[in-house]
Amino acid sequence: MKKKLLTAVAGAGMALALSAGAQAKTLVFCSEGSPEGFNPSLFTAGTTFDASSRQVYNKLVEFERGTTKITPALAESWEVSSDGLEYTFKLRKGVKFHSNKAFTPSRDFNADDVVYSFKRQGDESHPYHKVSGGSYEYFQAMSMPDLIKDIVKVDDYTVKFVLTRPEAPMIANLAMDFASILSAEYADKMMDAGSPEKVDLEPIGTGPFKMVGYQKDAMIRFAAHEDYWAGKAPIDRLIFSITPDASVRYQKLKAGECHVMPYPNPADLEAMDSDPNINLMQQEGLNVGYLAYNTKMAPFDNPKVRKALNKAINKNAILDAVFQGAGKVAKNPIPPTIWSYNNATEDDSYDAAAAQKMLEEAGVSGLKTKIWAMPVQRPYNPNARRMAELIQADWAKIGVEAEIVSYEWGEYLKRSKAEDRDGAVLLGWTGDNGDPDNFLAVLLGCDAVGGSNRAQWCHKPFDDLVQKAKVTSDSAERTKLYEEAQLVFKEQAPWATIAHSVVFKPVRKEVKNFKIDPFGGHVFYGVDIE
Amino acid sequence: MIRFIISKLGLLIPTFIGVTLIAFAFIRVLPGDPIELLAGERGVSPERHAELMALFGFDKPMWEQYIIFLGNILQGDLGQSFITKQPVLDEFLTRFPATVELALCAIIFATLIGLPAGIIAAVKRGSAFDHSLMGVSLAGYSMPIFWWGLLLIILFSSPDMLGWTPVSGRMSAMFWVEPTTGFMLIDTLFFSEEEGAFGSAIHHLILPTIVLGTIPMAVIARQTRSAMLEVLGEDYVRTARAKGLPVGRVIGLHALRNALITVVTVIGLQVGVLLAGAILTESIFSWPGIGKWMVDAIFRRDYFAVQGGLIMVAGIVMIVNLVVDFLYGLINPRILHTR
Repeated sequence: MKKKLLTAVAGAGMALALSAGAQAKTLVFCSEGSPEGFNPSLFTAGTTFDASSRQVYNKLVEFERGTTKITPALAESWEVSSDGLEYTFKLRKGVKFHSNKAFTPSRDFNADDVVYSFKRQGDESHPYHKVSGGSYEYFQAMSMPDLIKDIVKVDDYTVKFVLTRPEAPMIANLAMDFASILSAEYADKMMDAGSPEKVDLEPIGTGPFKMVGYQKDAMIRFAAHEDYWAGKAPIDRLIFSITPDASVRYQKLKAGECHVMPYPNPADLEAMDSDPNINLMQQEGLNVGYLAYNTKMAPFDNPKVRKALNKAINKNAILDAVFQGAGKVAKNPIPPTIWSYNNATEDDSYDAAAAQKMLEEAGVSGLKTKIWAMPVQRPYNPNARRMAELIQADWAKIGVEAEIVSYEWGEYLKRSKAEDRDGAVLLGWTGDNGDPDNFLAVLLGCDAVGGSNRAQWCHKPFDDLVQKAKVTSDSAERTKLYEEAQLVFKEQAPWATIAHSVVFKPVRKEVKNFKIDPFGGHVFYGVDIE
Repeated sequence: MIRFIISKLGLLIPTFIGVTLIAFAFIRVLPGDPIELLAGERGVSPERHAELMALFGFDKPMWEQYIIFLGNILQGDLGQSFITKQPVLDEFLTRFPATVELALCAIIFATLIGLPAGIIAAVKRGSAFDHSLMGVSLAGYSMPIFWWGLLLIILFSSPDMLGWTPVSGRMSAMFWVEPTTGFMLIDTLFFSEEEGAFGSAIHHLILPTIVLGTIPMAVIARQTRSAMLEVLGEDYVRTARAKGLPVGRVIGLHALRNALITVVTVIGLQVGVLLAGAILTESIFSWPGIGKWMVDAIFRRDYFAVQGGLIMVAGIVMIVNLVVDFLYGLINPRILHTR
């Protein structure tokens, strides 16, 4: 003990700064919160995915790092039947699972693991279905229970998904976090040992990093998976140092206590940019912030009124005041980084006089309405209250009196779904899988009215195009259909599309090859440190 | 003595039932649908919403939910967090040692500085030291914890300023210490082979201890001063002085022992203040204790975690106050005989 006390002072000083290269290559990520658990199929938070699916697990197909492009992962190739109802995946051979104190794999990854990972979520009679609370919200939200009729193991390295209907975004769905592949052998062993929930707490995956330890709310430690099928990660150790406060994260980054931090305070961006030790990376986010009218309520059931109100909004002023320039004016309901983005769409340019004239033509005068402002900061809208005030002022110029209302976040989400809601709602969306369907059908489809379609907008010509694209496997044809749908959307104006925000990621200069994930996640495979 | 203990214990039962009722009602009166919060912008269909409400038991009438909750508590079951799907008691107990460690350090720091400072101020009443102590303690008492914490981080941890202390956390990311007792100082000293881990743990404790201990320190200093002033004016102190006893003996033995009754009461009451302060301190310093855990649970409307956590915290405060009551009895035996 005496020796420990003697070394204490020296050790404390030594531990202060992370000197890269002194020992094994260690990268510290100041994560913003604790994961809910380590099985991504049970949860919906990005924080959880960062600590599980994005480091520990693989999916059949994955997004190429830093893009929305889909690449083979645990599946080497796949075929889709001509009727679009059967997806057959050829699985990669020689893929090794991690091991931990309780489990050492006796075999490589195979079709049993794929069947287990999906049946657990979809089959209520599966022995694992009810383990750890048994709710699989992403699987539900992506309509998988209705969509997947069966998953068949053809042989050890071939798996067939049988669908109830053709679904073009299926492959993109399988690249999402909930579709991570867990070890069936580990699950069996833990079930036999009477502790099945361990599968969800002490994860065993095939991914580039294995989880070594987790101290709740403090630290998660990962080590590079030596036998990773795509080659060992350049860094040896990955540590998540859980730091919820953004100002504190920044101080830790400056002090060299961590190398990468998410979600910087907008107020700190300028200082970060001028710091010689920090590389402030930025990229357009896969998101859209919008104002949704209630198209079921007069006078907003008239597209002309909606277009007039859109024309009265000075989006550039909003971009300056709310996004401090770190955004792009949105004209379409999908961000420009998504394929099929229609650049030919013409935005409702700001023109208060023309807007007023259009309102008069529509027979509307002395209009009183509400603007709903979210109570929270979101990636697509850093300050909804301020945005609402600017829109309120713009509308006042054309004689429209708007009252700003807000509710607690859970309440806001619930009330804004009501079909008889009074007023226009500020909200937004960050894409899940890079497919246009994930925006257009989820946010504007007829099925989503009363739910995530906050405009309560069911317009048959638009819905037909989106539904047709959903069952079309030819990507060129799908692109055409989505481009047309965006024109219909613009003409009908169920929303005022406000902005696509820019995502900032401060990383220390010694970090090499870090890429911003368009989905807002953090992937550390491929990242190196000098 | 036994009657005194029984009467105090008897009071605990209605208090505890009151606490369960408040804990149960508190999170439910807050606006916000937990299922909607869980689902975010995507939302859930009304059918799925109903299924999840049933899964968590929220579809039952309030009174029935309360009876089930009460019955479970009596069996030592605080329910399961619907965010992490883990038992609330386990979640609480893994984090509690971190809070206790920080709170103990803070109260020791507060007492070690506050008590002597209060005594000196009382003895040197009206002196420059007295005036400055009163000024500083008033400032310390009024300091918003969040602001104070960030100020210290910028001053002591920022590489642009002094850069002496780590910014946050309980341990450098370079070390990995498996929790044995959950108390980092004990685990690093006795159960870990990692060289330098103990020093790192102490280093990480410095700023949070100062921030959390500042308010109790100010309160203890002020209370000690006024209690001492009162006692120093008593006849028996004058007599002791007149007898020619050394000053140290008069102050340390005759005056301080009587003044301590008030001071111990104050220190006991600070336990509640410390737990409340821990919520903010832990959030600033990323300290993995129950304070930060409770804040997260409230924001996410994790009903079971919030109500379970409140009950545990209230139970602890009640027990500490009970211990303080017994301590009075030891310091001043007259209290045992008053009804």
